[in-house]
Amino acid sequence: MVKATDILDEQPILEVKDLQTSFFTEKFEVKAVDGVNFAVPKGKTLGIVGESGSGKSITSLSVLRLIQDPGKIKGGEILFKGENLLDKSEAQMRKIRGNEISMIFQEPMTSLNPVYTVGQQISEAYMIHQNMSKKEAMLRSTEMLELVGIPSPKQRVKQYPHELSGGMRQRVMIAMALACDPELLIADEPTTALDVTIQAQILELMKDLQDRLGMSIIMITHDLGVVAETCDYVAVMYMGKVVEYASVTDLFKNPKHPYTVGLLNSLPRHDVDLGDVELNVIKGSVPSPDNIPTGCRFAPRCPFASDICHEKLPHLEQSEEGNQIRCWIYTDEWDGDPEVNVNDQRST
Amino acid sequence: MFTFIVRRLLQTIPVLIGVTILTFGMMRLIPGDPAQIMAGESASPEQIELTRERLGLNDPLPVQYMDYVTGIVTGDLGTSVRNGRPVSGEIAPRLRPTIELAFYSTLLSVLIGVTAGVIAAVRRGKLSDSLIMLFALFGLSMPNFWLGLMLIQYFAIGFDVGGINTGWFLASGWGTWQQMVLPVITLGTAGAAIIARMTRSSMLEVIDQDYIRTARAKGVKERVVVYRHALKNALIPVVTVVGLQFGALLGGAVLTETVFAINGLGRLMVDSINARDFPIVQSGVLVFAFLFVLVNIIVDILYGFLNKRIDLN
Ligand SMILES: Nc1ncnc2c1ncn2[C@@H]1O[C@H](COP(=O)(O)OP(=O)(O)OP(=O)(O)O)[C@@H](O)[C@H]1O
Ligand code: SF4
Ligand SMILES: [Mg+2]
Repeated sequence: MVKATDILDEQPILEVKDLQTSFFTEKFEVKAVDGVNFAVPKGKTLGIVGESGSGKSITSLSVLRLIQDPGKIKGGEILFKGENLLDKSEAQMRKIRGNEISMIFQEPMTSLNPVYTVGQQISEAYMIHQNMSKKEAMLRSTEMLELVGIPSPKQRVKQYPHELSGGMRQRVMIAMALACDPELLIADEPTTALDVTIQAQILELMKDLQDRLGMSIIMITHDLGVVAETCDYVAVMYMGKVVEYASVTDLFKNPKHPYTVGLLNSLPRHDVDLGDVELNVIKGSVPSPDNIPTGCRFAPRCPFASDICHEKLPHLEQSEEGNQIRCWIYTDEWDGDPEVNVNDQRST
Repeated sequence: MFTFIVRRLLQTIPVLIGVTILTFGMMRLIPGDPAQIMAGESASPEQIELTRERLGLNDPLPVQYMDYVTGIVTGDLGTSVRNGRPVSGEIAPRLRPTIELAFYSTLLSVLIGVTAGVIAAVRRGKLSDSLIMLFALFGLSMPNFWLGLMLIQYFAIGFDVGGINTGWFLASGWGTWQQMVLPVITLGTAGAAIIARMTRSSMLEVIDQDYIRTARAKGVKERVVVYRHALKNALIPVVTVVGLQFGALLGGAVLTETVFAINGLGRLMVDSINARDFPIVQSGVLVFAFLFVLVNIIVDILYGFLNKRIDLN
């Protein structure tokens, strides 16, 4: 069984410490990412899960320093192979983007440039990072299309994005992202926009390529089913903060944070037939950015919330297994029921 | 691509037929006797009768129209009322200045407009953006004859600044570059302003697209992101505007040629309207319409090159 403590044995490929990214709108500051911590061990897959708007995409864009105005990375550290990316110049960052760290996006339909062929777009990565000639780059692009399982790549490479289906386009995105053999691949909901069978194929492909190429992956999703299938570790995000970080086995067996339990309860189960029973969803909704709770961000929706939860923000605590948890229940300061067990809330 | 161009050319045939019907109708719609009009105001009744005969005005309308079209195809556009010379001979030498003026003005408005629009979009909300948009508004709201007069005042007549006279350019004629600079600026300014505004808004839309983020995530330089990835997409709607704008430009050419005393088609038209020389006016309109159609064919072909999403066949 993999334990989160394994991370400590080897330097992780990526370590994010107390990352803060805000959007400065006219009226107020939206703290989209508000003190995020996680690590991605070499060759492993970290899942980042959370409801819509929890800050998953902004976190991943921050890692590549692709936040656009009016957004700004306010603080923290992004250690890639031990070096802080926030100290790099824009030119140094460009050498990393698409080369050492690549990204694929949620929207395969709109993420490719409509006026260039698939081949031209993949080639660009080779020409930028490996100084290849146009011809050579095109040859490698065709090979890449073959690698990601696109049939008749020699024809496809000359086609424009609108001539391809969504699943094919996402394969092209993967080919483009993997062109320069990145050490880290960030996949921001790579399958959300695709239908279920294609979804499974794409995940399968990514896993297969990871085994072959030995890269690390950050898999962003709001689907815990995807996490169970593909990830080694998971960071659960809620309102810009990581509330729980654990190995996949620990998280599914013994979730600690009430929000994680809520997410697990909303996961459709295939092993038991629920019939027409509605899925348990977490009650309430995410508070708006101008009305952020002062204490634990989850307190208004948490079935265990006690006095301290409404007053003070819990710290991210390291558990004995090396997992991390941000919840008062697991501290000495807990003022609620001392016998509380969040797993009692789990639906069977 | 070749078949697309051929198709596009074939598609203009109905448009051209429409244009000839309009110019043909133009003569028939003017109140009064067409024969009288074509023969000129001072014509005697015999001359008018002769003209009626010559123009076949006693024939049924479809026959008259066919004669008219045959005339156009064979280059016979009738004769001028003022001097009795063939209209084609009057128009031909006037074409070159007008086409050159229109071409250079369009070139100027595209170059200036696109560059300014891109800069404004990239520097959205900054001072340079506001300044460019202010200039664009200025350029757009200034009547073109007034701009022409101002330019003549300051850069043809000129004034002294520190011993240097600013009368670098000439205020009349067409041929040398000193003669061409001011009219081209005069005629190109409004187009540049419209294209700048259009490019800016189109760029702002494109720059937020997912594929721009993809390009950045690939490690593409920001300059290349703007000019290779964004601009090529942003130009698609702009190109259409350039084609439509060309119509306004031809109208402006009439004024510009008058202000700068350029012996072009526009000026010929103005003179002919004043002299009620309808055969020339009619043919001038026809030539302008043909030019407009031609430019829009070129624009459509360009559009096809830029926009890969439209099916060329
Ligand atoms: N350009 C922006 N201006 C203002 N706020 C923004 C902007 N972009 C993102 N945000 C805020 O940042 C927060 C996090 O957004 P993010 O896209 O990271 O969510 P997410 O977890 O990826 O959600 P989803 O599952 O819907 O993709 C959102 O609540 C949003 O309000
Ligand atoms: S800190 Fe309190 S409110 Fe927050 S998750 Fe834990 S129990 Fe719930
Ligand atoms: Mg997202």
